[in-house]
Amino acid sequence: MSHAVEVRDLRKAYGSTIALDGVDLDVPAGSVIGLLGPNGAGKTTLVRILTTLLRPDAGHARILGLDVATQAGQLRPLIGLAGQSASVDELLTARENLRMVGRLYHLSSRVAERRADALITRFELDEAADRPVKGFSGGMRRRLDLAASLVNEPPVLFLDEPTTGLDPRSRLTLWAAIEDLVEEGTTLLLTTQYLEEADHLADRIVVIDRGQVIAQGTGDALKERVGGQVVDVRVADLAAVEHARSVLSALTHEPPASEGAVLSLATDDGVATLVRAAQKLEAAEIEVTDLAVRRPSLDEVFLTLTAHDDEEPAR
Amino acid sequence: MTATREAAPQALTRDQSVLTRLRWTASDAAVVTGRNLRHFVRQPQLLLFSTVQPVMFVLLFAFVFDGAIDVPTDDYLQYLLPGIFVQSVAFRAGQTAVGLAEDLDRGVIDRFRTLPMARSAVLAGRTFADLIRNLSIVVLMAGVGLLIGFRFEAGPAMALAAILVVSVFGYALSWVFAYVGLRAKGAEAAQSAGFVVMFPLVFASSVFVPISSMPPWLATFAGASPITHAADAARALSLGTGPALAPTLLSLASTAAVLAVFVPLSVRAYRRAR
Ligand SMILES: Nc1ncnc2c1ncn2[C@@H]1O[C@H](COP(=O)(O)OP(=O)(O)OP(=O)(O)O)[C@@H](O)[C@H]1O
Ligand SMILES: [Mg+2]
Repeated sequence: MSHAVEVRDLRKAYGSTIALDGVDLDVPAGSVIGLLGPNGAGKTTLVRILTTLLRPDAGHARILGLDVATQAGQLRPLIGLAGQSASVDELLTARENLRMVGRLYHLSSRVAERRADALITRFELDEAADRPVKGFSGGMRRRLDLAASLVNEPPVLFLDEPTTGLDPRSRLTLWAAIEDLVEEGTTLLLTTQYLEEADHLADRIVVIDRGQVIAQGTGDALKERVGGQVVDVRVADLAAVEHARSVLSALTHEPPASEGAVLSLATDDGVATLVRAAQKLEAAEIEVTDLAVRRPSLDEVFLTLTAHDDEEPAR
Repeated sequence: MTATREAAPQALTRDQSVLTRLRWTASDAAVVTGRNLRHFVRQPQLLLFSTVQPVMFVLLFAFVFDGAIDVPTDDYLQYLLPGIFVQSVAFRAGQTAVGLAEDLDRGVIDRFRTLPMARSAVLAGRTFADLIRNLSIVVLMAGVGLLIGFRFEAGPAMALAAILVVSVFGYALSWVFAYVGLRAKGAEAAQSAGFVVMFPLVFASSVFVPISSMPPWLATFAGASPITHAADAARALSLGTGPALAPTLLSLASTAAVLAVFVPLSVRAYRRAR
């Protein structure tokens, strides 16, 4: 078994809303997968199915060789989940929360206590450990929720948008904690809307949109895939942007993206495209203030991949 | 974390012996019960409300309506207090719905569902904690009653039986409201549903006044209400003015009927909830 998570043609609909439309996914043991997708892409749905909270309509998913639908009981001790909203008990203290989870994993009270203490120290919750969670900040809650998902030291961990809503400092703290886990060999599937986060934490990024996997690979591979380079054209007059777009659209597969007075062209050969763009703009008498070649940002990769303008997702 | 994994994780699976599974099922329910009992203690405003409110009812009704209501006992307080036992658990039952709805809203139930714990533990633990709360409220109300002149005429053993009959009735109500909490759209909805349902039902029963004083259509309705059955049983067991066996059996039977309907409904709703 080299794959810790194995998903085949997974489908799930809520009434007429199709949340998952045939997802295939493999997560090698010990690796980190970043599941990236816009709102409503189906990330949470996939995570909930993989953590036995939801039954798929069709297809199947195995984790460590166990089927999530039919062998949920055996699987549960082996997985951990920190969901999209921190699911901790508001009225219990941090320590009580962790002990309760330990007891429900059927650890002896001595072991549950020891694990709770260790996790509290690890996630820097010592000072707040015996206060009710009600008064915790968002970052503390997230850390506690992550701690709760680790009580049983699961070999496979799922984190659904672990840093959404956190300030940059809390995010870095959480990233460090996640990196430690990965170091210890935990297989991790995390969803995020932050490309930077996926790029930083994940070995491989899987882009999901409208319930389908539309691309996967390393951050670099995805950049290659969309087009190795980007040519930025800044027009002098904002009113000329549309004119420039129609002039330049013949040069690349994807229509140029624009932001303000800057048009961006994804291309395999930056220099050649730049030269041709300059010629075309000159011929059309569009005044340009800046023209440059650069590597695409991951944001652009993401936006290009999930563009919904045409019926087919970008290929 | 250390690389060595202590004590292999224990899942509830089919290949375990019945005894082991039973032990874990009981242990899980106990853990959830303990958690819910902590909730009672950590919500002082709720605790205060659930004790002050029935005390206020006792004082108001006993002093305002004394003499104005025609009851079979000499003293209205003697009639009223066993009814108050029932009223105090009935008005608190809505809290079961609120607690469960909050657990669903806040993802606590999701957390529980990812754990290898017994599926039954969430509902068992919640209703069992409610039973303990019911018992303490009824004991407290009995204490308040004794202070202002109420007497258990039938002796301490029967008094204990009265308290138990009411608590068991309250237990059945917890299952009704577990169902409400699982089906309601959010905690607020659960809250108002609890109140809107219980308030009229308690007044349309023998809790405050004998049903013989009601118009016939209402008397018929009240006569069939498990709330009336519980109040009548508590009264018979507390006062010893008539035979106690028949009303006690009737109340236990209607309590059992409520359980028979709402335990399966709640269990099913729990499996399907959000
Ligand atoms: N319980 C539900 N009932 C009905 N529709 C749902 C439910 N949960 C999700 N959906 C729908 O299924 C689709 C996928 O939702 P999902 O929550 O999996 O997306 P997501 O990628 O996690 O989005 P987000 O980034 O906003 O968290 C969406 O269209 C959503 O509206
Ligand atoms: Mg989501």
